[in-house]
Amino acid sequence: MSAYLIRRLLYAVPLLLGVNILTFLLFFVVNTPDDMARMQLGQKRVGPEAILDWKHERGYDLPLLWNEGAEGTAQVTETIFYQKSVGLFLFRFGRSDQGRDIGADIRTRMWPSLAIATPSLVLGVTVNVSLALLVVLFRLTYLEFWGMALCVALMSVSSLFYIIGGQYLFGKLLQLVPISGYDGGRDAWRFLILPLTISVISGIGSGVRWYRTLFLDEVEKDYVRTARAKGLGELRVLFTHVLRNALIPILTGIVVLLPLLFTGSLLNESFFAIPGLGSYTIDAIQQQDFAIVRSMVYLGSTLYILGLLLTDISYTLVDPRVRLH
Amino acid sequence: MIPTLFWTDGLFFLVLVMAGALVLVMRRREHFRRPWRTVSRSTPAMVSLVVIAVYLAVGIVDSVHFFPRADAAGSAAGANEPISLLDHWLGGLRTRTEKTYSEPFAAYAYAKEHLPTADGGQRWDYPRLTYGGAHLVDPESERVRDIAVTGVRGAGQGGLMWLIAAAGIAALIARSRREPIGRVVHRVARGQTPLPWRAMLLTLLLLCVGGGAIAEWSAHYHVFGTDKVGADVLYQTIKSIRTGLLIGTLTTFVTLPLALVLGLAAGYFRGWADDLIQYLYTTLNSIPHVLLIAAAILLTQVYMAKHEEAFASLALRADLRLLFLCLILGLTNWTGLCRLLRAETLKLRELEYVQAARALGVRDHGILLRHILPNVFHIVLISVVLDFSGLVLAEAVLSYINIGVDPTTESWGNMINSARLELAREPPVWWSLAAAFVFMFTLVLAANLFADAVRDALDPRRAD
Repeated sequence: MSAYLIRRLLYAVPLLLGVNILTFLLFFVVNTPDDMARMQLGQKRVGPEAILDWKHERGYDLPLLWNEGAEGTAQVTETIFYQKSVGLFLFRFGRSDQGRDIGADIRTRMWPSLAIATPSLVLGVTVNVSLALLVVLFRLTYLEFWGMALCVALMSVSSLFYIIGGQYLFGKLLQLVPISGYDGGRDAWRFLILPLTISVISGIGSGVRWYRTLFLDEVEKDYVRTARAKGLGELRVLFTHVLRNALIPILTGIVVLLPLLFTGSLLNESFFAIPGLGSYTIDAIQQQDFAIVRSMVYLGSTLYILGLLLTDISYTLVDPRVRLH
Repeated sequence: MIPTLFWTDGLFFLVLVMAGALVLVMRRREHFRRPWRTVSRSTPAMVSLVVIAVYLAVGIVDSVHFFPRADAAGSAAGANEPISLLDHWLGGLRTRTEKTYSEPFAAYAYAKEHLPTADGGQRWDYPRLTYGGAHLVDPESERVRDIAVTGVRGAGQGGLMWLIAAAGIAALIARSRREPIGRVVHRVARGQTPLPWRAMLLTLLLLCVGGGAIAEWSAHYHVFGTDKVGADVLYQTIKSIRTGLLIGTLTTFVTLPLALVLGLAAGYFRGWADDLIQYLYTTLNSIPHVLLIAAAILLTQVYMAKHEEAFASLALRADLRLLFLCLILGLTNWTGLCRLLRAETLKLRELEYVQAARALGVRDHGILLRHILPNVFHIVLISVVLDFSGLVLAEAVLSYINIGVDPTTESWGNMINSARLELAREPPVWWSLAAAFVFMFTLVLAANLFADAVRDALDPRRAD
C-alpha cells in the first residue's frame, strides 16, 4: 500500500512539471511579456519606456530561461522561468499584475468558496442518489418514464437560467433571501441558502441520470436476486445492498472533486457576489491579469491530481476486494 | 451581390458534406444499418431529428454570405459588411430598430418620454414605436384583434405549406412502397408506419403553424420585443442558431483527429507511445477546462490585437474568434474520447481476428484502418452526438465570462449576458432571456433526446 502510494506520488511529479511547463509556454513564450504590457497599458499610444517600466515593476524584464548577464547560479535564478514558474511548485504565487499578493488572496478567499461548495456537493449527491434510487424503485412504470423525461428536460436548461431564474423568483418576487452578497459571520446562511438550492437543482437532471445507470447495472446481478429471494423488501435491497455495491463508481466521481472544492464554482460565485476563488478567477480573466490566471491554472491542476490520488486510496476503503500494489 | 466565404462557413459546409458521405458509407454496411434502423423507429429521436433539421436549415441559410450590392450613391456605411442569405430574407427584422426596450407585441415604448402635444405643450407619456404596431391607428382598441387576425392568417399559411409538404411525403412513401396513396395516408394517420411518420408530421405541423404565425406577426410587430438598443430580439435569437450549431459541430475538427490518432496509437502500439499519450492527456485533463479556455482566448485576443491588419473587417474578426473558440474547445475536449478509444483498442488488439491479420503479415496501418477503426467507430459517433448539447450549453457559460464568442456575434450566451441584469428593472425586461431560453432549450433538448437514442442503439452493451 505505502509503496503504491509513493509510486503514485512520484507519478504526480511529471504531471505537475508538465502543467508548469505548459503554463510557462502559454503565458511567456507564445504570448510574450511585451504583449501583456501592451494589452494592459492600451494598444495604441504606448511608448517603449512605458512597456519597459511595466515589465520591470513586475519582474517580466528578465530573460526567459538563461541569464547571460548574471554570475554563477544567478544565471539560472535571475530568469522568468525560475522566478515565476518554479515558485509555483512551492505554492509561491508571487504578485498579481496589479501588485496584490496572490498567495494571501487565495488563503482568504478559499473559505467562502468552501462554505458554498462543500454543502452544495454533499446536498447535491444526497438528493441525486436518493432520487435515482427512487427512480430505480419504480422502474418499468410511468413514474420512471416521466421522471427520466423530466431529467432530460432539466439538463437541457443552461445553468445560467437556473441562476437568473432562481434569483428572480426567490430574491425579487418572493423576497425570501437577499439576491446576492456574502457575510462571513452568523448571518452567512441567509446568503448561502439560495446559491446552494440553485446548484442542487441545476445538478439534478444529469446527476440522477448518471446514478440511475450505475444502480441499474447492479440491480440485475445475482446477489440482488438472492437478497430478494430471502425475503428482503425492495427498499431494503436497494438502500443497503445495491447502494453499497454501487459505491465505487459513485466515489470515483466524488472524491476527485473534493480538492477542487477549494476553487469553488465560477458561475455561482460571480452571480451571487461571493468573494471566493471562483469569482477571483473570473475577475482576473476579465481584467486580463495573467499572473492570477496562471496561478489558478496551476492550483487547479494540483488539486485535480491530488483528487486522483485520493480516489485510488478511497477504493481500498470502500471495497475490500481492491488491493493496490 | 458578391458572394464571400467565411472560414466558419466553409468548415461548416465541409462538416455537412462529411456527415453526408458518412451516411452514404454507413448505408452500405449492415452492422451500421441495424442500429440506425433502431434509431429511426424511436419516436423521440425522430421528432428531435425534425427539430434539429429545421435548426440546421436556418444555420445553412445563415452561412451563405455575400456583400450586398453597393448602391449607385456610393457604398453606404453598412454596405461594406457582408450579410448572409438569412439576413437578406429577414431584411426588415434586421433594420427595423426602435430607440430602446419594448415589450413583445408592443405598440408603445417601454419608457416614458416628453412628447409634444397638439397645442404645442409637452406631456409625459409612452411614445409610439417607430415600427412595432405602426400600422394601427388606435392601438388600444385594435391591437389585440389585429394580433389575433394576423396570427391566424400566418398560422393558416404555415398550415397550407405543411399540407403540401405532408402530401409530398405521403406520395414519396406511397411510391417507394408501391401502395395506393390513400392507404398510406390512412396508415400514417393511425401511426402504423415503421418510421414514426405521424409524430414527425405533427412536429412539422407545429413548427409550420408556429413559424407561419411568427413570420406574419414579425412584419408588423416585434414578436419577442426589442433589447436595450432597440434591436429586434427575434432576429438575434434566430441568428444565434448558427453560432450554436457551429460551436457544436466545428469542434469535431480538432477532437476527432486528435482522439482517433492518439487513442488508436496508444492502445495498439502500447509501450512508450502509450505512456507518452497517457501522460499528455492526463496533464491536459488536470488543467481546469474553463481556465485553459480562458488562457487560450486571452492569447488569441493578444494575437489579434498584435496583428490588427490581418483582421480588417469586424465580421472577419468575429468569425475568426468563433473559429478559434471552436478549436480551443476541441483542444480541451478530445481527452475523454481518446481515453475511451485507447481502452477499446487495447481490448480489440488481442482478439483473434486481429491476431490472425497480424500473423498473415498485414501491416500495422492496415490493421488499424481496416480492422480496428471500423470496430471503434460507434464510440466516435456516440461521443460526437453526446458532446453536441454540452458544447451548445458551454458556449453560453463562456460568453457570460467574456471568454466566448466575440461580443458582436449574435449568440445565446451574449443575449443572456447582456440581459442578465434586466430582470432587476421595474417592470422587469424578461423577453430577451425568454427568447434565448426557448430557442436554446429546444435545440439542446432535441439534441439530448437524439443522442440518447443513438447511444442506446449503437452501444453494444446497451443493446438488448
